[in-house]
Amino acid sequence: MNRKPIWEALRPYVLIAPAMAGIGMFVVYPVIYLVYLSFHKYNLMNKAKSKFIGWDNFTQLLTRGDFYKALGNTAVYTLGVVVLTMLLSLLIAVWLNKKTRFNAVVQAGIFTPHIVSIVSVAFVWMWLMEPDQGVLNFVLRSLGIPASDWLQSSKTAMISVIIVSVWQSIGYYALIIVAALQSISPSIYEAAALDNASRFKVFTKITLPLISPQLFFILIIMTIGSFKVFDTVKIMTGGGPNGATDTLVYYIYGFRTTNIGYSAATSVVLMLIIGLLTFVYFRLLARKVHYQ
Amino acid sequence: MASIQFVDVSKTFDKQAVIRDLNLTIEDGKFTVLVGPSGCGKTTLLRMIAGIGPHTSGRVLIDGKDVSRIPPGQRGVAMVFQNYAIYPTMSVRENIEFGLKNNKVPKAERKRLIESICETVGLAEYLDRKPSDLSGGQRQRVALARAMVKKPSVFLMDEPLSNLDAKLRVQMRIELIELHKKLGTTFVYVTHDQVEAMSMADTIVLMNKGEIQQEAAPEAIYHQPNNLFTAQFIGVPPMNIGELGTEGARFGFRPEHAVLSRQLPPESALHYQTRGTIITREMLGSETIYQIRSGSDSFMVKSAEDLYRVDEEVFLGVDASKLHFFGGDERRLESSDPRAAGYLELLRRRP
Repeated sequence: MNRKPIWEALRPYVLIAPAMAGIGMFVVYPVIYLVYLSFHKYNLMNKAKSKFIGWDNFTQLLTRGDFYKALGNTAVYTLGVVVLTMLLSLLIAVWLNKKTRFNAVVQAGIFTPHIVSIVSVAFVWMWLMEPDQGVLNFVLRSLGIPASDWLQSSKTAMISVIIVSVWQSIGYYALIIVAALQSISPSIYEAAALDNASRFKVFTKITLPLISPQLFFILIIMTIGSFKVFDTVKIMTGGGPNGATDTLVYYIYGFRTTNIGYSAATSVVLMLIIGLLTFVYFRLLARKVHYQ
Repeated sequence: MASIQFVDVSKTFDKQAVIRDLNLTIEDGKFTVLVGPSGCGKTTLLRMIAGIGPHTSGRVLIDGKDVSRIPPGQRGVAMVFQNYAIYPTMSVRENIEFGLKNNKVPKAERKRLIESICETVGLAEYLDRKPSDLSGGQRQRVALARAMVKKPSVFLMDEPLSNLDAKLRVQMRIELIELHKKLGTTFVYVTHDQVEAMSMADTIVLMNKGEIQQEAAPEAIYHQPNNLFTAQFIGVPPMNIGELGTEGARFGFRPEHAVLSRQLPPESALHYQTRGTIITREMLGSETIYQIRSGSDSFMVKSAEDLYRVDEEVFLGVDASKLHFFGGDERRLESSDPRAAGYLELLRRRP
């Protein structure tokens, strides 16, 4: 007789069990195992020879110069990509907001890089940026501007990688912002016109606040994504020249066979940094975001 | 305060003419209602005054000055939008303040204005709320306050009550009439609801397909409609129309002017008489509306008494003075028109 109440109590848990199993297996377990690995000197050939070494990986990590170099590079990369992409895609979105046939073509055009594999994109840009035969330097020279070494110099390698990433993602984020802009009722702008608002005021007091949820979303998604940059670095520079483009994930990748415990420790630190950054964003900006 | 004049104004959307060579004068200080079915161009006219949907050709004058080149914010007009168009990210105070700030009104003056306006419209407690925390009626008041605070010489309203529930709408109607009385400024009000138009207007401008059908006071538009369209647009239920059978002419009478009886009344009493069956009966409390089928015609009759039931056979009569006649061109004939007398005689002889 009292079996029914038990089932009533269990039912929700049974229903979410498949999803929870998936999350447990593919999210929770890997994270825990990552932390577990970070405390070990792990032997890939013979698991039995692995041993627990406590905080050793972390102390080593925090005292090594190349880690700080990679961290600094990643920060520069993230800052560059996030700021440039947000500014440019906002600019392009405001321009594309007027629905003309020409703009529809442009929108399709700038979105195209997003559907091309980043590997192909990286290769194409490597050719373009080739110092002697590349198109970019050809254009620079014919305009009378001094040519650049692009990926081949430690001074310009990072900005070159940033340019490629920005070029690839602008179309996608511009699309999100265009969608946000179009969801604003035209009568709001008409009301602002009747309120004698200047174009600058309309943009800062009405447009920006109204699309702030989307901008905030893009900021967080891009920061997380940029901190985890790998493929462009791997293909275009291999972290070089002279470690100029060595980023955190590429750094982790570098120890994948030699010291997996150390890699794991770096991953844990990366995870903490991203978590902290997201937290800081929410604390600083959430009040400025207007959800409706 | 300002009068508004349209001189040979045209408007085309995507090469399609919505309004052609329209001339209209809206008097200073009057409550003018533009009314008509959807797509008749009434909102287009309103937006021309505001400057947010400029005319294609012709001139729009506010107080005798051509405003074609003056931007919306500098015309001295304020508008209440159908969806209110309140800035959703600003508080009530910021919403009302925005226009003042743009017009460089000093801070102390702004504060004083906002407080006095909010007292008037009853928003004082809600000044720091966001629009999303307000009810439909309160948002309506924010929109009104935002318009009022600028002390415009012309108030434009684009179906401002259509998003409110029936009870609130009636209440706001009265408040708007009072507001107009208090401010004494020119009000231009757009609606498709002829009851709203009748109840609030000093002057009704009835439009259809981009043309003005009639421009008159509510009682004139009701009792002396210019044409068939006006007769059938104004009034609930609208005027009953029947075919006369010659020259495409038609006759009409208001539902409340028909007299129902069970016995045929004496010959002389009522001019037009016919026999019919009650098809539907709507009992509305103070009055009852019957739909009566008589041959191929169907008439609505409004009666103060609730005497008849569905399927009952009744006699319907209308006094000669209450009958209207419309010529083949759909224009109403004045009673002095020679044709009217002929049609009156024709109607009497009808079986």
